Amino acid sequence: MKSKDPKLVVQTAPFLVQGLTTPQAMLDVIYVLIPITIASIWFFGISALLILLACIAGAVLTEWIFSSIRKSLWDGSAILTGLLLGLTLPPSLPLWMAFVGSIVGVGLGKMMWGGLGNNLFNPALLGRAFLLANFPIAMTTWATHSTGLFNVYPSTLAMPFMQSNVDAVTSATPLGLMKFQHQDSAFTDLLLGSTTGSFGETCGLLIILGGIYLILRRSIDWRIPAAILSTVVIFSGLLFLFDSARYPSPLFTVFSGGLLFGTFFMATDPVTSPLTPKGAWLFGIGIGLLVVLIRVFGGFPEGTMYAILLMNATVPLIERYTQPRAFGHGGSTK
Amino acid sequence: MANAYDEFIKGIWKENPVFVQVLGMCPMLAVTNSAINAIAMGVATFFVLLGSSILVSLFKNLIPKQVRISSYIIIIATFVTVADYTLLALIPEVHKELGAFVPLIVVNCMILGRQEAFASKNSVGLAAADAVGTAIGFLFALFILGSVREILGNGSLFGISLFGPHFEPWVVMLLPPGGFIMLGLILLFFNWLTEKKESLIKNG
Repeated sequence: MKSKDPKLVVQTAPFLVQGLTTPQAMLDVIYVLIPITIASIWFFGISALLILLACIAGAVLTEWIFSSIRKSLWDGSAILTGLLLGLTLPPSLPLWMAFVGSIVGVGLGKMMWGGLGNNLFNPALLGRAFLLANFPIAMTTWATHSTGLFNVYPSTLAMPFMQSNVDAVTSATPLGLMKFQHQDSAFTDLLLGSTTGSFGETCGLLIILGGIYLILRRSIDWRIPAAILSTVVIFSGLLFLFDSARYPSPLFTVFSGGLLFGTFFMATDPVTSPLTPKGAWLFGIGIGLLVVLIRVFGGFPEGTMYAILLMNATVPLIERYTQPRAFGHGGSTK
Repeated sequence: MANAYDEFIKGIWKENPVFVQVLGMCPMLAVTNSAINAIAMGVATFFVLLGSSILVSLFKNLIPKQVRISSYIIIIATFVTVADYTLLALIPEVHKELGAFVPLIVVNCMILGRQEAFASKNSVGLAAADAVGTAIGFLFALFILGSVREILGNGSLFGISLFGPHFEPWVVMLLPPGGFIMLGLILLFFNWLTEKKESLIKNG
């Protein structure tokens, strides 16, 4: 019988409920990305907004088609994937390509594997890798900053399946300048984002602030960014000491290209990174080494995407070898 | 004759060598970057499979069991040589693009599989029906993959431009990864179709 004012309440565990749910975790990252999004619209005009919307639309549409099987539309993960993909795209990419990339990212990168939590590779990066392999010219055309807030690059509005026949005003990214012309970029430019590059990667300051916020909120594992950044600094620092005329400085390596964005928002994706503390260190060190290797010795100016995707593939192996010892099991017996 | 018809039709759909048995993947992925290459490969395979099935079925009582595989290979290789030189004489450009994959029909596991599993145990008529069905199924699969990859990767079909000069080619579709991605998607589609049909039958 139910009593209105019970003297004794008998409940079962758990008594403390942690407030962190999947939609909450997704929202946290989306909040952090909002300033970066605003910055990208400020730098690249309405084009940025259109491409981000196209990416989000493609991601949500794909999620919706599959969500008759898996009810996962409203956990925010599709919006986040679309937004993350959009922020890694070059400014003058036609809208339809962004849309295709986001369908491939969510469809092949996430839903094929069984939806959120089962994917091996980061969906946004998989979409970007597909676009880079598919449309290599459009994906490496870097338009200069917009002349005004309402700027729309002519190539943004190319018809589906068509290339734009208008030449945009382009300039090389800091990484491209370094790779092909050995030209350094000013540190303040890299920090404040007045260089060319993908939408989200130019403004280093906002990305670092957002990353620190996410670490403080414990939305992301601090070990992964710490491992990546320290490895990159040490490895590129050694190369810089060895021959400072040939290799870029560690500061440039960290702040140029998509390294910061990838470090804080892509590599730390809880689904595609190791859960064990030791594994997180290994994962981060691997990414750091690969980024510098690809950038300095590889054919591409930028290697963050491939480094993260390659290390994503090793996550199951890393987790198997870094299982922490359960209390009372194994270990040395006296 | 109904039996021969069954053997013929099963190769096209129910036991399609590519979509159901997943055999012959090497030419399937390697030469399907355009519809015309896919058709040429499909026709060559058709000829080899039909010829060797009939011959193996004719000789099935003469071939000793211990050396049957090598005998099949010799028979297949004979027809492959004929197909190779015929292609070279008739359509040299396509032959050049197919490259090593025409001689490699010898080791196409789909052809050897039909000899071992069917032609060596059945009459000539049945073996021929089975070979024609399987080869048409293979040709059908090659054509689907080849045309999809050519349309997306080049904006054309049989070399005829479909989208005009400003088409943005999907570069990856002409490269090996595109073959794998498209083959995976087509397999997905056919499995989904089969599953749907089965659930329809089950639920009345």
